Amino acid sequence: MLGALVCLVVALLLGMFAFVIYEAWPSFSHNGLSWFGSGGSVDSEIQAIFNSGSSLGRPIYAFHGWPLIWGTILLVGGSVTIAFVCSLFVAVFIVEFSPDPMRRVLEPVVRLLASVPSVVYGLVGVFVLVPFLGNHLISAGSKASVQGIVTLNGYSLLAGVLILTVMIAPVMVSVFSDGLRAVPRGWLEASLGLGINRWRTVWKIGVRTARPVLVAGTVLATARALGEAVMVSMVCGVVSFAPNPADGWIFFVEPTRPLAATIISFIDDLSTPPMRHTLYAIAAVLLVSAAFLSLGGWAAKQPMKRYGARA
Amino acid sequence: MSTVDLPVAPPAPRPGRRKEGQSPPWRLRDRLGLGLAWCLGLLFCAVAVAIVVYFLIQGIKYVRPSLFVTNPVTTANGTSGGGFLDPLLGTFLVTAMAMVVALPVGISIAVWLSEYGRPAALARVAESTIEMIAGIPSIVLALFGVLLFEAPVLGFLSSSAGGVVFGRSFFAAGTMLSLVALPLVVTNVRAGLEAIPNHVREASYALGKTRIATTRRVLLPAARPSVLTGAMLGAGRVIGDTAIIVVLLGATLTFNAAGSTPLLSTLRGTGSTLTYYVFYNAPTGEGNQPSRAYAAAFVLLVIVLALNVGVDVATRRARRLLWSS
Repeated sequence: MLGALVCLVVALLLGMFAFVIYEAWPSFSHNGLSWFGSGGSVDSEIQAIFNSGSSLGRPIYAFHGWPLIWGTILLVGGSVTIAFVCSLFVAVFIVEFSPDPMRRVLEPVVRLLASVPSVVYGLVGVFVLVPFLGNHLISAGSKASVQGIVTLNGYSLLAGVLILTVMIAPVMVSVFSDGLRAVPRGWLEASLGLGINRWRTVWKIGVRTARPVLVAGTVLATARALGEAVMVSMVCGVVSFAPNPADGWIFFVEPTRPLAATIISFIDDLSTPPMRHTLYAIAAVLLVSAAFLSLGGWAAKQPMKRYGARA
Repeated sequence: MSTVDLPVAPPAPRPGRRKEGQSPPWRLRDRLGLGLAWCLGLLFCAVAVAIVVYFLIQGIKYVRPSLFVTNPVTTANGTSGGGFLDPLLGTFLVTAMAMVVALPVGISIAVWLSEYGRPAALARVAESTIEMIAGIPSIVLALFGVLLFEAPVLGFLSSSAGGVVFGRSFFAAGTMLSLVALPLVVTNVRAGLEAIPNHVREASYALGKTRIATTRRVLLPAARPSVLTGAMLGAGRVIGDTAIIVVLLGATLTFNAAGSTPLLSTLRGTGSTLTYYVFYNAPTGEGNQPSRAYAAAFVLLVIVLALNVGVDVATRRARRLLWSS
């Protein structure tokens, strides 16, 4: 009876993969591997796809998704890297070094920040960070230097990375500190007993023992960052531009639009068939990367488990 | 748990320069690491305080009692007025629906995983399924929901016009949101069940109770705090989700009932939640009414805060019930 329910949930997941990929198939089969390549502007391609759906001619599927994928990689990679380093130190601080009253306040605060809805963070970004970047950090000269190609008005990669970092860091901190707390006390005390100072003990014994938990927390946070659509569409701008590292530091303030935010932007066009298949193709890419992410996390945890702490 | 007052033995005195009882100075790298941990810890506190204070100020500035009792009004020129009564009710409605689905399913899966778990292969598959569901972006769940609820079989659950089913309704959104809450419910309930030592089960079996009776009468009541924690964490995620609402609840700000049966028609119709209201009223949305966005965000934060306090109370109660002596 319970087993049947479990089978049902497993079937639901498999069905999700099957349905989404089936619905996405026309877009993939028309484009082949060039779906993932670069070339042309995504926005004009999407416009063409949309128009072909309302006219009577053959549907157009030509789509080169690299700018979206590149934006996703930059956003997720940037925010996860920053958030991982910060969260690791913050978690060590909370578990081992913070004064007792501070810890008692910090633990619930971390949990609160981890459950704040993402639109609220998006609101902070849109009202505080984006105007600050647009008015103070980006000079008129750099705005003029890329005029005609892209508008720099603060809706940018940097704003997205920063807000995304603030959003996923509490998730990481709460998972990491659970892991650090689960390290057997005897191991730490043995190290302290050998005369090794407290920092080195925490770093070499505590953090190392908690590695599987670090992986688990990072996977969780990466999944959040990957799937964050609404907040990113609020702070990263509405044009699908691939930020170019060759542009110097302007690179950071160029707008971008990752995969998930693209779906949200064009969700109203779900009823025109070619557009629908394209959106489902984007969703399929997200779905498959999420699956690989959780597989990768599982694989990375295996060799660490032998000496790992469980949390 | 706390590690601040670890008994640190004084290091053995080395011959030479250092005085008796003085610990060796830390290496530069260790000192840098400790300094960095303090800096980032304090920075984290600063960011947390800044966010909370910012929304407190904006909330006090913009929240008016009238916002809670009036419905959003969309005027001809696109700007919206009125309050957020319907979105607020919609948030509660959709959360209740998601939890009504997620709690029984989640508890059953957790019970199966921790108490039965045979065959082992299925248990492993189920475990990774739950883990994978936790990692799936909610926008993908939303698009999958569109596929599911557009199907003619499930069409009666959502509003339709002229035989075309849009797949947008409280039923659709609630069901898909339950998938967002499901992993949290399962993990927490399972952890709670596994924390119960085996002698409790054995005592129950010795009294002649069957396995199912043991689960229902002994184990689940004992795990009630973790059930509560899981439910509240799940509800927090559900309240905060926007993507599924945008896709599956439709782009309206007020309830649009489908049909005429009192409650059922609302559930089959479209509506909105606070998160969508915030999204709509942000400068990037169509409404662009910052004061209303702030007010709604503040109310959202208060709801999330209340849930967190609830989780705290539940975990404290769970700690009082520790089995190990």
